[in-house]
Amino acid sequence: MEHIRMPKVENVRLVDRSSSRKSQVGTLYLTATHTIFVGKGSEDRNELWVLHSLVCNIVKHKASQSGYPLLIHCKNFQVIQFIILQESDLHNVYISLTRLSRPEKYEELYCFSFNPAVDKAERQHSWDFIDLKAEYSRMGLPNKLWHVTPINRDYRVCDTYPADLFVPKSVTLPVIVGSSKFRSRGRFPTLSYYCKENHATICRSSQPLSGFSARCLEDEQMLQAIMKSNPGSRFMYVVDTRPKLNAMANRAAGKGYENEDNYCNIKFQFIGIENIHVMRNSQQKLIEVSALRSPSMGEFLLGLENSDWLKHIRSIMEAGIFISKAVADEGVSVLVHCSDGWDRTSQVCSVASVLLDPYYRTIKGMMVLIEKDWVSFGHKFSHRCGHLDGEAKEVSPVLDQFLECVWQLMDQFPCAFEYNEKFLISIHNHVYSSHYGNFICNSQKERKDLRIREKTHSIWPYLMENKLDFMNPLFKPDQIQNQGLLRPSTAPYCFKYWRRLYNRFDRELHPRQSELDCLMAVKDETQQLEEEMALYEQKLAVLDKERAKILYMQKGVLESRQALWSVPLDVSLANTPQDYLGGFIGGAPNVFTSQQGEKESTEFSLFGDKPKSSDAENSDQESGVADFSCHSSGEESLPSEDSVKDSDETGHNRA
Amino acid sequence: MEFAELIKTPRVDGVILHRPFMPTVEGTLCLTGHHIILSSRQDNTEELWLLHANIDSIEKRFVGSLGTIIVKCKDLRVIQLDIPGMEECLNIASSVEALSTLDSVSLMYPFFYRPLFEVIEDGWQLFVPEEAFKDLESMTDEWRLSEVNKDFSVCPSYPSLLTVPKDIDDESLIKAASFRHGGRFPVLSYYHKKNGMVMMRAAQPLTGTNGRRCKEDEKLINATLCAGKRGYIIDTRTIAVAQQAKARGGGFEQEANYPQWRRIHKAIERSNILQESLIKLVEACNDQSHNMDRWLSKLEASNWQSHVKEILTTACLAAQCIDREGASVLVHGSEGTDSTLQVTSLAQIILDPACRTIRGFEALIEREWLQAGHPFQQRCAQSAYSNGKPRSEAPVFLLFLDCVWQILRQFPCSFQFSESFLIMLFEHTYASQFGTFLGNSVAERAKLQLSHKTVSLWSWVNRPQELERYLNPLYEANNLVIWPSVAPQSLLLWEGVFLRWNRSTKCLDEAYQEMVHIIEYNKELQNKVNSLRRQLAQLETEDSPLQTP
Repeated sequence: MEHIRMPKVENVRLVDRSSSRKSQVGTLYLTATHTIFVGKGSEDRNELWVLHSLVCNIVKHKASQSGYPLLIHCKNFQVIQFIILQESDLHNVYISLTRLSRPEKYEELYCFSFNPAVDKAERQHSWDFIDLKAEYSRMGLPNKLWHVTPINRDYRVCDTYPADLFVPKSVTLPVIVGSSKFRSRGRFPTLSYYCKENHATICRSSQPLSGFSARCLEDEQMLQAIMKSNPGSRFMYVVDTRPKLNAMANRAAGKGYENEDNYCNIKFQFIGIENIHVMRNSQQKLIEVSALRSPSMGEFLLGLENSDWLKHIRSIMEAGIFISKAVADEGVSVLVHCSDGWDRTSQVCSVASVLLDPYYRTIKGMMVLIEKDWVSFGHKFSHRCGHLDGEAKEVSPVLDQFLECVWQLMDQFPCAFEYNEKFLISIHNHVYSSHYGNFICNSQKERKDLRIREKTHSIWPYLMENKLDFMNPLFKPDQIQNQGLLRPSTAPYCFKYWRRLYNRFDRELHPRQSELDCLMAVKDETQQLEEEMALYEQKLAVLDKERAKILYMQKGVLESRQALWSVPLDVSLANTPQDYLGGFIGGAPNVFTSQQGEKESTEFSLFGDKPKSSDAENSDQESGVADFSCHSSGEESLPSEDSVKDSDETGHNRA
Repeated sequence: MEFAELIKTPRVDGVILHRPFMPTVEGTLCLTGHHIILSSRQDNTEELWLLHANIDSIEKRFVGSLGTIIVKCKDLRVIQLDIPGMEECLNIASSVEALSTLDSVSLMYPFFYRPLFEVIEDGWQLFVPEEAFKDLESMTDEWRLSEVNKDFSVCPSYPSLLTVPKDIDDESLIKAASFRHGGRFPVLSYYHKKNGMVMMRAAQPLTGTNGRRCKEDEKLINATLCAGKRGYIIDTRTIAVAQQAKARGGGFEQEANYPQWRRIHKAIERSNILQESLIKLVEACNDQSHNMDRWLSKLEASNWQSHVKEILTTACLAAQCIDREGASVLVHGSEGTDSTLQVTSLAQIILDPACRTIRGFEALIEREWLQAGHPFQQRCAQSAYSNGKPRSEAPVFLLFLDCVWQILRQFPCSFQFSESFLIMLFEHTYASQFGTFLGNSVAERAKLQLSHKTVSLWSWVNRPQELERYLNPLYEANNLVIWPSVAPQSLLLWEGVFLRWNRSTKCLDEAYQEMVHIIEYNKELQNKVNSLRRQLAQLETEDSPLQTP
């Protein structure tokens, strides 16, 4: 490919950011789609593959003794550090990668070259896996009050909306057209969620073009019709998810919010969720905090606070709670909008849906929800995820925040979700990776024009195939409190830092044994046991009947089973100490003799008051560290091998 | 003294009890010498039995003739009692205040408590030093059990039996003791079977400003080193604090006098700072303003998590020296009864799988806390809500439990006990019907005759039906050294203690029950399948001769 100036660089060092001792040397390859590092290690061929589309930015650092460092920050929060020997190589890699990670045309994205061995029919089938028509009929639509309007079939009324939209049966086409002309980007009020039990709905739109005094009869009729389509209710909520100040400022530009006096029976409500720019900056700060190497507790907590990230998550959650309560408790319909109705509106509608409907807490349901409220309703994935080289100001972690809200809910309701956090993280990864076509482009129309369905693959069947990885072993769908509306607490301490996402690649920061994996292994075994038991019972029944006959006993599952749930322990890691004193100990043997007679003052600066700073600085340069690394790596391999044996044995004993 | 003198109003009717996340209860309030009891006298409503010793502070409020007492407990719970009648309310409040602040240990509830269960295994006899020494003897012959402190005269805070290097005689021990704060000369804390390295603990050496030295002390700790080996002295104080200690007669080991030892200073705070930290943390957790900013900065300002991090880091360092560096370690701070014990006990949890079993953990608490002379009575006299003048209260042991909980979170399958065991221990250190945590040292406990006059916590906990509540369903014994992460991203707030009364645990309890169910069902199936297999195999061997042609 023409952008690759340098397809291969030898003797590149890949630095393990958790401890500088564990870096490895190998070869760096640049391909059209991936950066690949192949470690020189003799047997264990250590490979690292990074999709160009996941690269967020590339930074050259100041040269050190060992070479020229290159830092690659990825959209999935992976940070990779290479050290390249020659400056010219560094330069070439830098230029090539910078270009490769910023495609200018859709056709350059990985999803267009990704070509798994499936035939055309299968590819087509993969796209039919999520069927929104089926989803609406699951909700109970169409019914006598709501139907699909054909008005946007060719995207002429609103090019960012899907072709099929549900509106009240009572509204006429001219009313829809009129209303759409009174809304930003033509995004007129349309249905997002329908509650079968009480007919209340969540509808969504963009802001009205009300300015200081403009009104629109059709738009007013539209809202009236939505309210009336919920026969039991006497009013509806209109929720503007922006801070009031922002909404008022929009009036000067001829936009704004609904005037309660002009619309019959609406209750208007602001919910102050900040805009995409504030969110982008907030996440940037959060990422910086998460990437701190050995921060103090104070640095971490204050950094977390100063990012305001959890505050924003909470405000989105509160909006979702408000809407879900209006629908479930009051039986009142809600119209939600922000400015354009594709960011905050998507977040809030989908959070409310997860709170309201247990279906969205299943794996399939979550897929459907993202396809419906995000993909079909024109969340601008390409802009927000920065798929193409372009306006940096359009990038914003809007979907990240939705996924995080769901994660926060999973933390409060551990038995209410069929999926686990790996599912959310996997979705997050693929939203950015452009590996599959689902999250390419900014609207359904664009995707149709680009023939995404014919040229790329859909992610959902792939995720479904890996369902076992994504299951929450504690899921209890039959429990009463998991059936209806979830009522989360919004006390500040309920909002936690999502370590598994933001420190996803820092293995040493996570629990060394996983409750989740352990329970999944047990459940897995339980299932096998059930099958085995059925088999034996059957055999016994046969034997009872025909005692004279012999049945060669098949070797049961029990024997083929291996070490069971003793395995989840990540042995090598569990048995590896962290750098508890910044490589000091390793340095000691060398330093010892020479320092014996020295004064207190040396000690002061080295290990005295500030182990923190020495943590960060010592580890790279101190010569003693090298000694330690040889020493410890030699030792590390031994005990961990032992321990593997140990756990195997215990497993066998159990079996 | 008669308790009756202190009880001005023994009972009041029509009292309403408010507790967070529970329905209110109306009933009769009774005061006894040791309890506040509230009973609705209806079936299946829970009664309140609250030990006076558990009460940290009391507040009174009046609206008309309706009085309200807010009772803040040492286990951090806050309850509210609405008491009709101003006089009754005042009487109850002042009685409770008097009863909850009795100074005399012998008036405490454990001296009056009679167990309703049969003591099968007496907890007082469960963990004796002789037994621990037998284990040690099976591994090495380098150590001996010294009776030099038989009458507690060499060191009042040490037990009567101490494990010391074989080659050091009692005479030298006495001299070394005179060189260490409170007579706490270096003694064995832990022997690492894997490589024969040891962890010792002591109090600071009394070098003073003129750099006093003590040959016997030097000889004593050098005796723990193998030929040509070096050791580490982990001083839990910063070098600055250690320097200051010299002015008050304390100090630290000079390199020149201890050439085979390398000193490392860490920064574990002293007890009064830890107490302040606890108070701030609890304040932050109880803050009802629900302002996101305030929560994180208050949590940060409390410094609690920083203390957890520092203590854990120091313990990891000690463990690393022993296991990875193959070096012996001596740990001390100032008195050697607080931060020192946090470090030595946590290091053992990291290194020694036995300490992660229930029995082993109990033994660890006995060895490294109770017998090692942690002044429980002083440290746990008051908790986070107390208005009283702080004396020497400090959540030293609670911080240790918090650190254990952090490791447990990171290694959820490596501990035989669950979080509830740690919470139970926290409760009993502050208020208990058992005598285990009374007194400040073995000497004091002997004087109080606790083992005769009170019941041991272990006698109760170790009964099978009780023990069951504390078992970790995920436990799978492993012999690994477990290295926790001490990064701030990895350390969590211990919600089970600090947010326990501020949140509904319905969903978390449900999750726990489900976890237990999954594992129990699995075991049940395993048994069934095994018995079916046996049955089948039997039938087949019976049948096979028939088939043979």
